[in-house]
Amino acid sequence: MHGTRILDEADRLMTVCNSCRYCEGLCAVFPAMEMRRAFSDGDLNYLANLCHACGACYVDCQFSPPHEFNVNVPKTLAVARAESYAAYAWPRALSGVFARNGLVISLMAALSMAAFIIGFVAAHDRDVLFGVHAGPGAFYKLMPHNAMAALFGAAFLYAILALVMSVRAFWRDIGAPIGGRADGGSIFQAIRDAGELRYLHGGGVGCYNEDDRPTDRRKLYHHLTFYGFLLCFAATCVGTLYHYLLGREAPYPWWDLPVVLGTLGGIGLVAGPVGLFAARMQRDSELRDEGHYGMDVGFIAMLFLTGITGLVLLILRETAAMGPLLALHLGAVFALFITMPYGKFVHGIYRFTALVRYAQERRSAS
Amino acid sequence: MSKKYDVLVIGGGNAALCAAIAARRGGASVVVLEGAPKFYRGGNTRHTRNMRCAHDAATEILTGPYTEEEFWKDLLLVTGGQTDEELARHMIRESKDILNWIVEQGVRWQPSLGGTLSLGRTNSFFLGGGRAMLNALYLTAERLGVEIHYDAEVTDLVIEDGMFLAARLKRPIDGADEIRATSLVAAAGGFEANIEWLREYWGEAADNFLIRGTPYNRGSILKMLLAKGVQEVGDPTQCHAVAIDARAPKFDGGIITRHDSVVFGIVVNKHAQRFYDEGEDIWPKRYAIWGRLVAAQPDQIAYIIFDSTVVTSFMPTLFPPIAGQTVVELAGKLDLDPVALEKTVTDFNAAVQPGTFDHTILDDCRTEGITPPKTHWARRIETPPYLAYPVRPGITFTYLGTRVTKEARMLMKDGKPSANMFAAGEIMAGNVLGKGYAAGMGMTIGSVFGRIAGREAAKHARN
Repeated sequence: MHGTRILDEADRLMTVCNSCRYCEGLCAVFPAMEMRRAFSDGDLNYLANLCHACGACYVDCQFSPPHEFNVNVPKTLAVARAESYAAYAWPRALSGVFARNGLVISLMAALSMAAFIIGFVAAHDRDVLFGVHAGPGAFYKLMPHNAMAALFGAAFLYAILALVMSVRAFWRDIGAPIGGRADGGSIFQAIRDAGELRYLHGGGVGCYNEDDRPTDRRKLYHHLTFYGFLLCFAATCVGTLYHYLLGREAPYPWWDLPVVLGTLGGIGLVAGPVGLFAARMQRDSELRDEGHYGMDVGFIAMLFLTGITGLVLLILRETAAMGPLLALHLGAVFALFITMPYGKFVHGIYRFTALVRYAQERRSAS
Repeated sequence: MSKKYDVLVIGGGNAALCAAIAARRGGASVVVLEGAPKFYRGGNTRHTRNMRCAHDAATEILTGPYTEEEFWKDLLLVTGGQTDEELARHMIRESKDILNWIVEQGVRWQPSLGGTLSLGRTNSFFLGGGRAMLNALYLTAERLGVEIHYDAEVTDLVIEDGMFLAARLKRPIDGADEIRATSLVAAAGGFEANIEWLREYWGEAADNFLIRGTPYNRGSILKMLLAKGVQEVGDPTQCHAVAIDARAPKFDGGIITRHDSVVFGIVVNKHAQRFYDEGEDIWPKRYAIWGRLVAAQPDQIAYIIFDSTVVTSFMPTLFPPIAGQTVVELAGKLDLDPVALEKTVTDFNAAVQPGTFDHTILDDCRTEGITPPKTHWARRIETPPYLAYPVRPGITFTYLGTRVTKEARMLMKDGKPSANMFAAGEIMAGNVLGKGYAAGMGMTIGSVFGRIAGREAAKHARN
C-alpha cells in the first residue's frame, strides 16, 4: 500500500503492464518499469514524471476501459504527476498551494498587476503615468532600473531556491536504488530528449488527444511555448548585459537583439499557449485529469498574459498607454516568477530530472 | 431493403482487415461487418503481439535469416505432419512479402519484447502490440474508403449451390437488413467463446476452461457455413491452449494471465500428484501443450509449485503467487491434501540428481526414480516461503474450420470450389494447423490468407 489512492492505482497498473510489456517500444515509461519488479512511491513518481501524456499506450491497450482490468496509464500517471508536485514542494507548508492552484495563480496575477499599477500611481503624478516617453531610459521614468532589477532578481532567486530544494527531494526519492549524482552524459542525453520532446510522439506515429487518431499537435504548441519562453528569457538576459556592460538603456530599437528575441519569443508565448489551451479543452475525457484543470489552465494563462502584454507594450510603447501597459506586463512577469515553484511550471523541471534518471539507468543497464 | 457491394468481409481482426484493404486496393467496393462493439473490434488480434514470417536475411528488427525451409520444418514438427503441405508451403512463401506489405498498411515493427521467449530471429513484433496493429489497419482501411460497421451481427447467410448471395443483419444498417455482395470473405474467427459448442466435444470439462481472448468468437459464421455445404477441416477438439492463472476472468484476460514458471518447479493436480515431465523441453517449445495437459486432469485444475529461490527467474505476474512458510501451510491455502503434497515434494526432492542449472539449454539437472521424471532443470524445492500458482486451461483459439484452396477459396462438401466465397484467419487455420502451435503463426495465417482472400474476392467481383 502506498501513501495515496492514486499511487495505489499506479502500482496496480504497473503490475498489469509489467506482465504484458506490449508498450515498451512507445516511450521511456515502460522500459523504466521493466527494470523493476516492485514499485516504491518514488518509483511511481519517477514513472509519472517520465510520462509525456502522448496517449499512445491508452489507444493501443487491449485492457483499457471498458475492459474490466481498466488500464488507463496516461490519466493515472497524470494525476500522480500532479500530486507529486505537491509532495515535493518546498517549503512543505506551501504544498497546499497546488490543491487550489488556479485560484492562487489568478489571485497572485491580479494582486501583482494591481500592485504595479498602484505603485506607479502612488509614485508619480498622472502626467508621468499617462505621459508619452521615448528614447533610452523611457521605462525607468516609471520605475527606476535598480528597483526593477532588485525586485525581479529577488523573486527569481527565490523561485530558483524553492525549485532546487524541491528537485533535491524528488531526486533522492527516485534515485534510491542506484543513487548518486547525475553524470554529464546523462544530463546531455536528457537535454536532447527534453529539447526535442522525444517521448511526445506516440511511439512514432504521433500523439493522441481528442480521439483515437494520431492527429495531436501539442508537440508543436509546446515547442512554440517552450522556445518562446526561452527566447523571452534570453531577451531579458541580453538587455541586462546591455545595461550593465554597455551602458545602453531600454527601450531598444525594433531591430536590436533584445527586441528581436523578445518579439519572436512573445509570438511563441501567445500562439503556443492558445494551442495548448485548445488541446486541453478538446482532450478526450478518458485521458483528461479533470482535478487539475486550474493548475493547467492557470499556467497556460500566465504564459499567455506575459507574452501578450509584452507584445502590446512593444507596439504601444511610444504612446500614452505605455505606463499602464508596463505595469501590467511587469505584474504578469512578477506573478509568473514567484508562482513558478508552485504551479505547472515545475512539470518541466521534474520531467527533465526524470529524463536524467532514465538516461542514467539506461547507461548502467547496458 | 438491401445494400450491394463488390466484397463483403465478415469479421474485424487481422485477417478481415488485410482482406478488406487488399480488396479495396484491388478496386472493389468493400464493406466490413464487425460483430463486436468498437472497443472489442478485431477479435483475438487485440491480444496478439507478433507474427512469424520467413525471411532470407536479418532485418532491422530480426536477428538473422529464417528460411522457408526452416519455417516448413518447424511447422512439420509442431503439427506432427498434420498439415496441408501445398497450402502451408504457399503460405510460408507468401509470408516473406507480408513483412513489407503490412508495413505499407501502416503497421510498425519492433524487436522482440523484453522477457519474451527467444523469438528474436523468427518473429516480428508489433510496436504497441496487437491493438496498435489493428488501429493502424483500421485507419488505412478507412482512408482507402472501406465502409466499416460495428455491432453488426450477421444472423444468416443466403447461399445457393456454393454461391454466396446475401447476409442478413440482426440490426439494420442505414435501413438495410440485408447486405448483398458479389464476393464474401469470411474472417470471423473460431468458436472458443462458445462454451456450449466446446461442451459438445469436451463434455463438462469445458465449463472449467477459461477463454483467453474475445468473448465475441462464438463461431456463428463458421456454423452457418458448415451447415450450408462448406467442407470442414480440422479436429474439433484441437486448439491453442495454455495453462493460465485460475484467477483470470472467464473471457479476455489476454497475455497477462499466462505463467512461464513451469520449468522452475513442479506441477501437481488436485490430488497433489505430479502428472507430466515439467522439464521435457525448453519452454518456448512446450508452453502450448500445458493447456491440454491441465484439461485432462480432474476438475481441470493444477498448481505450479516452486520456492522463493526462483521468483525472479521469470517475468513478473499479474496475480501474485500464493505463499506458505511450510509445504503443509501452502497445501492448506490451496485446498490440497497436506500429507499428499508434502510427500510429493519430499519424493521429488529426494529424486533430484546433482547437476549444473541452465534454463537456456537442456541442462543435466534431472530426477531419478520417480514417475513422471523431470528430465531437465530439476532442483530441490526447499527454501521457504513455498509458492504456488493455480492454473486452468486457457483456450486461445480453435482449429475446426472451413477447408480452402491456395486462393483462400472455400471448398464445398462435394469437393468443388465455391464460386465466390473465401475464408481467412482463424476460421480456416485448421488447414495449416492440424494440431500444435508455434508462436506467431495465427497472425501469419491471418495476414497471408487475408491478403490473398481480399485480392481474389476483388478479382472475382470485377470480372
